[in-house]
Amino acid sequence: MEKEWLFDEEHRMFRESVRKWVAAEITPYVNEWEEKGEFPMELYRRAGELGFFGGGIPEAYGGVGGDFRYKVVLSEEVAKCGSGGVGAGLALHEAIALPVVNTFGTEEQKQKYLVPGLRGEKIGALCVTEPNTGSDVGGLQTRAVRDGDEFVVTGSKMFITNGVRADFYIVACKTEREMGHRGISQILVEKGTPGFTVSRKLDKVGWRTSDTAELSFDEARVPASNLLGTENRGFYQIMHGFQTERLIMAVGSVAAAQHCFDITLKYAKEREAFGRPIGSFQVTRHKFADMLTWIEAARRLVYHTVWLLINGLDCAKEIAMCKVYACEKAVQVADMCIQIHGGYGCMMEYAVQRIWRDQRINPIGGGTSEVQKDIIGKLLDL
Amino acid sequence: MSYQFMSEPADRLYFGPEHTMLRRTVADFVKKEINPNIDQWEQDNTPLHELFKKMGELGLLGIRYDPKYGGQGLDYWFDTVFLEELGHIKAMGVPMAIGVQTHMATPALHDYGSEYLKKTYLKPAIAGEMVAAVAVTEPGAGSDVGALRTRARREGDYYVINGSKTFITNGVQADFVVLLARTSDELGYHSFSLIVVPTDLPGFIVNKKLDKLGMRCSDTAELFFDDLKVPVENLIGKEDEGFIYQMQQFQDERFCALPMSYVAARDMIELTVDYISQRIVFGEPLVKKQVLRHRLVEWLTEIECLKQLTYHIVRMKTNGLDVTREVSMGKLLAGGLARKVADGCLQMFGGMGFMNENIISRYFRDARLLSIGGGADEVMSEVIARLEGF
Repeated sequence: MEKEWLFDEEHRMFRESVRKWVAAEITPYVNEWEEKGEFPMELYRRAGELGFFGGGIPEAYGGVGGDFRYKVVLSEEVAKCGSGGVGAGLALHEAIALPVVNTFGTEEQKQKYLVPGLRGEKIGALCVTEPNTGSDVGGLQTRAVRDGDEFVVTGSKMFITNGVRADFYIVACKTEREMGHRGISQILVEKGTPGFTVSRKLDKVGWRTSDTAELSFDEARVPASNLLGTENRGFYQIMHGFQTERLIMAVGSVAAAQHCFDITLKYAKEREAFGRPIGSFQVTRHKFADMLTWIEAARRLVYHTVWLLINGLDCAKEIAMCKVYACEKAVQVADMCIQIHGGYGCMMEYAVQRIWRDQRINPIGGGTSEVQKDIIGKLLDL
Repeated sequence: MSYQFMSEPADRLYFGPEHTMLRRTVADFVKKEINPNIDQWEQDNTPLHELFKKMGELGLLGIRYDPKYGGQGLDYWFDTVFLEELGHIKAMGVPMAIGVQTHMATPALHDYGSEYLKKTYLKPAIAGEMVAAVAVTEPGAGSDVGALRTRARREGDYYVINGSKTFITNGVQADFVVLLARTSDELGYHSFSLIVVPTDLPGFIVNKKLDKLGMRCSDTAELFFDDLKVPVENLIGKEDEGFIYQMQQFQDERFCALPMSYVAARDMIELTVDYISQRIVFGEPLVKKQVLRHRLVEWLTEIECLKQLTYHIVRMKTNGLDVTREVSMGKLLAGGLARKVADGCLQMFGGMGFMNENIISRYFRDARLLSIGGGADEVMSEVIARLEGF
């Protein structure tokens, strides 16, 4: 028996292909891209061409078919490149923007955005957060006012991954001003729409190869047919999407923590102090044992939750738990790994510092740990 | 009405109606035959013969064991159900005593014992007619099993045993002890043997019953062997291979701590939520305080991790894979978690938690052993490190 019961033979084959691609076409260029502050758009097209996009999305649209497990495999393997920004850039398009179109879009919208999206030719960005509203989605301010056959969108969006380079944006707007979270809709806005501009590209601690933007909408007009899903049901659509977004973040965190562990273990075996490898000091050994135990525990919770998800069972509580535990443990692992690296860990030429910087966003993005804990408490009826 | 977590729809993925039947049986037994007596047992020890007899009659002491010897012949999932339900016992000393009987003293006997040994000792242990103990630790050697000094010298058809063992759970009441003793002077691991030692033989001495910080309802003994003569047919498996058997047996022993910990930790939290939901501070129930809620949620998240790691181990065992690495991780997590939750819940109870009349104080004392017994946390870390090749 394979130890990993969650995956079947086709997932293993898929994993093998992704692994080869990451090793040949991503890992060798990561340093260069990090320095430049972006990875080439060609990467999306290659992933599309190789058939890596669209796990759980029907083959008729160019997806892989199957279920969420393909996304898990893709995310785990991409994490091994050591750049969280590459993983984020790909995932925010493939695992977060496209599924919204797939789940809630009309046939016409699917043909227009999902199909080229899965080929990596049109890139999507999900826009929820605003300068003054993060985890508290119901309080967002961007407005979309119906005017004849159009929506007129006004407001701004913040921390939008792929915000600079995307082709289409799924923008959460208030369509009923007084209705709070029951007055939100998701509206598609294309790049180039008059009134829509990228205000600035943001400079970040980590995820440096992925672009992150602040967006501005000044009476940007889009056809009414760009409404994605049901009017005023946007909040629920967003919450639905958050589920898989959070789970995929947890998956990525576990994989990144494992990668960080692996490179640090290698370092600790080679680096000597007081005449012996630092990895042979007991305190270091036990640090490794602790880290591995956390990673294993996180992986078990995450795989269990993926299993619940693909079996159609309610897993809202488990997803929030995954997000908290996996993302926080990855931050702790990265920090411990820096400590084991010593001074070198703080040098930009060492991979571990990047993981440390990249992981820091995970307990914040996609709903902070604090918000997740509130959710769990509520779901447990505490 | 007490606070209770909703049942997990997820459990349907792992357990079917037959598991539920066993669960009910064990749960009923714990509720009717164990929990009402716990306070008494905490004061004057658990009457193991009486308790095990009843459990034996229900077929609970040999869930996985061969039906030929009275076992149920069921798989590891049933075993897990059994251990989970024992986690609801309101003092950890009792599940530990039961665990010694079913998972710590008898696995090697079941797997490697001769027909004679299994008929004479395993069968009555499964029936609850004999109380078993396992004797590994010595005054001078605990987790460092290689440093054991108790010796079994071969003389004709007998082993003559000299030495002492300490911290032996069930040691005072045991009818037989599975003893790990040195049978060779060779260095290394192939110089110890596991021997079944009946406690009514001359030379078997219970030196003292030890007084403990926690686990007060379980009896813990220091044993002394003074030229104790035991027939050679009481050897389990092959001579000099006992250490290897014991290492395997340890995996069963350590595994026990996992279900027990996550179930007991949940019980502690339920108890605490019950209390802080009623306790009004500055005009609102204490449970509404965000800091406390988040703390509870963090523990529940780790409980879920431990539970899923446990189920992963069960799946691996079912498929015949070596689980030493995962069990060591589980044991490490379980000890830390149970202690953290017990301590944290006591904190939420405030002064009331410090009173012996409140069972959270008992959990707090009992949980302390989980990071020591069956291999200390530090030993678990060493095992994990070694298995990972560092």
